[in-house]
Amino acid sequence: MFGTRHAETLTDAPLEAVKGRSLWQDARGRFLRNKAAVTGLIVLIAMTLFALFGGLLAKYEPDFVDFSLMGANAFRGVPSFETGHYFGVDQDGRDLYARVVQGTGISLLVGVVGAFVAVFVGTLYGAVSGYIGGRTDQIMMRIVDILLSIPFMFVLILMLVIFGRSLLMLFIGIGLISWLNMARIARGQTLTIKNKEFVEAAIASGVPTFTIILRHIVPNLAGIVVVYATLLVPEIILFESFVSYLGLGVQEPNTSLGALINLGARQMNNGTLWMLLFPLAFFLTTLFAFFFVGDGLRDALDPKDR
Amino acid sequence: MLTFIVKRLVIAVPTLLILILFSFALMFAAPGGPFDSERPLPPEVMANVLERYGLDQPYWKQMFDYVKNVVFHFDFGPSFQYRDRTVNDVIAQGFPVTLTYGAWSVLVAVIVGVSLGVAAALRQNTWLDYLAVGITIGAQALPNFVMAPILVLIFTLWLGWLPGGGWNGGQWDHVIMPVIALSTSYMASIARITRSSMLEILNSNFIRTARAKGLPMRRVIWRHAMKPAMLPVISYVGVAIVGIITGSVVVDVAFSTGGIGQFFVNSAFNRDYAVIMGITVLVGALTILFNLIVDILYAWIDPKIRY
Repeated sequence: MFGTRHAETLTDAPLEAVKGRSLWQDARGRFLRNKAAVTGLIVLIAMTLFALFGGLLAKYEPDFVDFSLMGANAFRGVPSFETGHYFGVDQDGRDLYARVVQGTGISLLVGVVGAFVAVFVGTLYGAVSGYIGGRTDQIMMRIVDILLSIPFMFVLILMLVIFGRSLLMLFIGIGLISWLNMARIARGQTLTIKNKEFVEAAIASGVPTFTIILRHIVPNLAGIVVVYATLLVPEIILFESFVSYLGLGVQEPNTSLGALINLGARQMNNGTLWMLLFPLAFFLTTLFAFFFVGDGLRDALDPKDR
Repeated sequence: MLTFIVKRLVIAVPTLLILILFSFALMFAAPGGPFDSERPLPPEVMANVLERYGLDQPYWKQMFDYVKNVVFHFDFGPSFQYRDRTVNDVIAQGFPVTLTYGAWSVLVAVIVGVSLGVAAALRQNTWLDYLAVGITIGAQALPNFVMAPILVLIFTLWLGWLPGGGWNGGQWDHVIMPVIALSTSYMASIARITRSSMLEILNSNFIRTARAKGLPMRRVIWRHAMKPAMLPVISYVGVAIVGIITGSVVVDVAFSTGGIGQFFVNSAFNRDYAVIMGITVLVGALTILFNLIVDILYAWIDPKIRY
């Protein structure tokens, strides 16, 4: 019985030439089948569009102070569509919707730029260390170990205090910290591919070491690097929000979601809960979306964890 | 074992020195001195002030003296902001507070996390397991600075059960919320790690053998499964402790508990370099110490590590 059914399906199936599928096609298929990851990706796209174009819908500039609402936002600055303050007004009489748009934008920017710095520095460092190997590798990785055991939050705050609190300083500080783990991951992956035949072929045909690293090693790290970069972005957003929550990160009139959460938390007694809940909702949504996309990418690209 | 400990110490000590030197170098790179203000002091007064804080010395001498005082006398020097206090006074005031709720947080995170993880693993794919996994996913995305205002909102403003801040000598109702805010996300991570490592161990051959010999499940778990299952947890506890130390800054700000974090942030606003550096170095030393302890513990438990 099973045999005949099997035969039928065989004859019914149209004959097609077997098509090869690349690693990336495979990965895309796996990613698209993962509902949580696809939802996360859609949310992220929406969030980016919100940060880029949400300002067009705002009736007020983020730094416009409405003096008639200053300090009176608890009863006259309630979220409403009629006044144009969709998310209400903060204690200084500024439109919270415009501020949330701005804060989302800056949080995303810090996260993406930070991850980019980490990927750039970390991948190169890890690939060089892993490829050259031997004593160089040991020394380079020992340096990473030493740096990893330093409480960087405190050092970053020290840096922000000394050199002034600016976005650029945040980028540099966060970039300095977050490449470390990336370097370790890139090194591990390099170790597994550096003895493959294509590298041997490159060595045999006389390609200089650094070109091998750039042209043959780094592109083959792409999968794992993409995964960890996606997981790094929310970590950096968290990091920045942590510093901004303490009031030591992004400076007014700029703002970030962490800074907005801080302001909202301070005004809780005032009855202006929207100041806490709107930034919090955007913050958590962004984080969750990044986590889901990162997990989906890991399942799709990292053959170890499947 | 002894050589292993010595080897780790050989790495730990220079790490701390690098941290001190790096922080010190940052301070020299700072534009302006700590006593530059809008109204410049008369030059004689300025000279006196600089002399008192040792800022008239050449840089290398300042750095050398600082390291010497910290290492041999555990003396972080005078505060730049509070005339009558030294950095040691500030630390002595704040550190017991941080230590109290920090230690509670580590305990809660480990005990609750491990229990939850083991329970979920033993009852895999039941409502208990799903509940535990759900809690851990939710809690991981709630960092301490999000937990803190939410807790205040619920337990202080809506329910009115707990005070919204202050320390009051460490009375229990002032400790609860800081501990929950600090420990939740690490508790969640520990539960997740425990669950997956316990599941892996429970499916391994030696557990099957133990069961086949007719040992009761309770004994199998406590005697055979617990020790290997705890290995990944132990290596994570080091990370968690560092995170809890860092998170204490947020707790201090959110609940005004008066730990070292509060002094740290206040000094950051006042540009009180001496206090910032003192706390950074102290925290760095603690971090390195805990990492060392975790490493040694791990090597002691895991028979696979050769030293």
